Amino acid sequence: MTTHTPQARWAYLLLLPSILFLGVFFLWPMVQSVLIAITDESGGLTLAHVLKMARDVNFVPALMYTSLLITVVVPIQTVLALTKALLLHAQRKGRDVFLWIWAIPLGISDLAAGVAFLSIFTQRGYLNTILMQLGVVDAPITWLGYQNPWTLFFAVAVGEIWRATAIVMVILVAGLQVINREWLDAAEVFGASPVQKLRRIIIPLLMPSLRTALVLRTVAALQVFALTQVLTGRNLPVLAGEAYYWYGMFTNVRVAGSYSLLITLLSLAFAAFILRFARGEHEKV
Amino acid sequence: MEVRRQWIALSALLAVVFAVGCASTQPGAPQPAQLAKSVQPNKPKDPVVFASSQLRPVQEAEALRAALKSAPIPSEFIPDENGPLIDRIVAEQKTGKIVVGVVGTLHGDFSTLQKAGALDTISDVAAKLQDRQINANLLELGKLGTSTQYYIPWMQATYLMAANKKALPYLPSGADVNALTYDQLLTWAANMEKATGQKKLGLPAAPNGLLPRFFQGYLYPSFTGGVVTTFASLDAVKAWEYMKDLWRYTNPQSTSYGFMQEPLLSEEVWVAWDHVARLKNAVDTKPKDFVVFPAPAGPKGRGFMPVLAGVAIIKGVPNRADATALIQHLTKPEIQAEVLKASGFFPVVAGNLPSDVSEGVRLLAGGIEKQTSSRDALVSLLPVGLGAKGGEFNKVYTDTFTRIVLRNEEITAVLKAQAANMAALFQLTGAPCWRPDPASDGPCQVK
Repeated sequence: MTTHTPQARWAYLLLLPSILFLGVFFLWPMVQSVLIAITDESGGLTLAHVLKMARDVNFVPALMYTSLLITVVVPIQTVLALTKALLLHAQRKGRDVFLWIWAIPLGISDLAAGVAFLSIFTQRGYLNTILMQLGVVDAPITWLGYQNPWTLFFAVAVGEIWRATAIVMVILVAGLQVINREWLDAAEVFGASPVQKLRRIIIPLLMPSLRTALVLRTVAALQVFALTQVLTGRNLPVLAGEAYYWYGMFTNVRVAGSYSLLITLLSLAFAAFILRFARGEHEKV
Repeated sequence: MEVRRQWIALSALLAVVFAVGCASTQPGAPQPAQLAKSVQPNKPKDPVVFASSQLRPVQEAEALRAALKSAPIPSEFIPDENGPLIDRIVAEQKTGKIVVGVVGTLHGDFSTLQKAGALDTISDVAAKLQDRQINANLLELGKLGTSTQYYIPWMQATYLMAANKKALPYLPSGADVNALTYDQLLTWAANMEKATGQKKLGLPAAPNGLLPRFFQGYLYPSFTGGVVTTFASLDAVKAWEYMKDLWRYTNPQSTSYGFMQEPLLSEEVWVAWDHVARLKNAVDTKPKDFVVFPAPAGPKGRGFMPVLAGVAIIKGVPNRADATALIQHLTKPEIQAEVLKASGFFPVVAGNLPSDVSEGVRLLAGGIEKQTSSRDALVSLLPVGLGAKGGEFNKVYTDTFTRIVLRNEEITAVLKAQAANMAALFQLTGAPCWRPDPASDGPCQVK
């Protein structure tokens, strides 16, 4: 550790307002929701609510589908977003037009995205209409029925990929812009192939942006709710949805608190994991 | 590099905290009880104060006020939320300064008021209303399980069945659509699938659908004669076996149906069960296409669940004769029709509906009338005394449905596990049994 210079002390002082802000508006509510989950009405500590959550019919499916969504959606999004960002980076003409178009999902709420995908996947939706007109199927396929969990999952995954790839792309585009062109020019001088440039220069230098994007996306994927709610009701239970039902429909704020505690812990664990392992070569000290 | 790494780590951490902070739930603060409205001093020609937890939306309240103008006595209609309304009436009893003279609210609230000693006995008022022909099943509910009348039925809604006329040819032979049994419903659904290749029966099984009410007010009473006490009985096993059979012919999209009027209109389903307000749009849009009829009957009777609002006189009211006159006015067929037009609550009295009531609403009114007055009617009530735990009570039934019907788990094991959840709820709330379960001294118990 370096010793603190007076300048550094000033820096901490300047950070104070934002630390206070975060403390009052984020940390304190977080502590409160933890307390809601692990205390009873009289204020004593209890695990009853957490156990009630864990024993609920929808707990295991919710945990499973949420984890599955993260493991399927986040990698696909990252690859897609990286490809788009590189394409944009290489493009000279019409770059802005593509950037605007690809960023459109950013401006659409997940609820609206859910409704749009519902009109595609519902029994009399666009997908079935097209498939029937092409003669691929005779009768409409029930994509969103509870009895086909995999097509349900597929619909949600497609919706989620469409909706949230844009944010990853925007972060990566910004990251690409700060990469010094001289490094790439130097690589070219030494005869590096495009693949070599990508692996040896671009991705390592893009690592900080990639990591931020991964953390944001993973945390957001843990909270996925409106899209699954619209597309599947409760046929595909997810953690955030269960928290909502326990709070709103079953008016049991403590079990809802247990779910949000679980989401918080998982978010922190995933974020720590990504920060620890997704580290560029040049950053290892 | 070191400083940069710290910055990156810090910003990533803040991103997590921010995102999680946005998602964390907070307990809702209880709504502050509304303060009692200004008290009018007792002068001659005081209006009767009519406080109600129903018809709260401004348009509905205005429609009722307009209808009250033709009453022989002056009155003042004050809609208010349930909680504050009950608190106010009980508080007025305690202080002895009675302002609210007539209360209008849902059945479940009247037991609370009666226990607080706030309700006048009004058997004499009921006697005066004989010519109104108030439905006898409903009038009986107004006695709150005693032999004395405590409230007079005011308006009602319920859950019943609607079918596209295209479905009628597939009714099993000898079946009367207005007096169906559950077995006939099963055969009907099977016939429709055989003929069309599609599952044409629909149930509102989405999270916002009212399927729990189907189990509580229809399936359970009809098969077991109870709701809570019989939850895990042998009859209940039969009910769930039936439900599994029925589900084989039920449109699997049902788990995403919240309001049945939509799939009925699109003809995705032909036959459906739901709350009248959630069928209204379909039968109102195409009244010629639909029939509305009572829910089926099971071995123990035709279980159905009325949503019943009543009116009662508060004990110690200074102008009791005026209060009585107000109730007489409210139960006039033409006033009941006004309420129907404004709110979608249906009349409790016999009598022809005026000509400006839409054809769809007429169909629904006819269905309600047939269901309420059917000879094997078995009235079940909305849960009473569970308070905020009503949601978890519903969850017991939907979870049982999910496990037995959707996930194909073993019936008796599921019922045993869910009965434990149910018992815990009643232990916590101390809620006694309600109809059709026999009255209990302490909390209602699963046998």
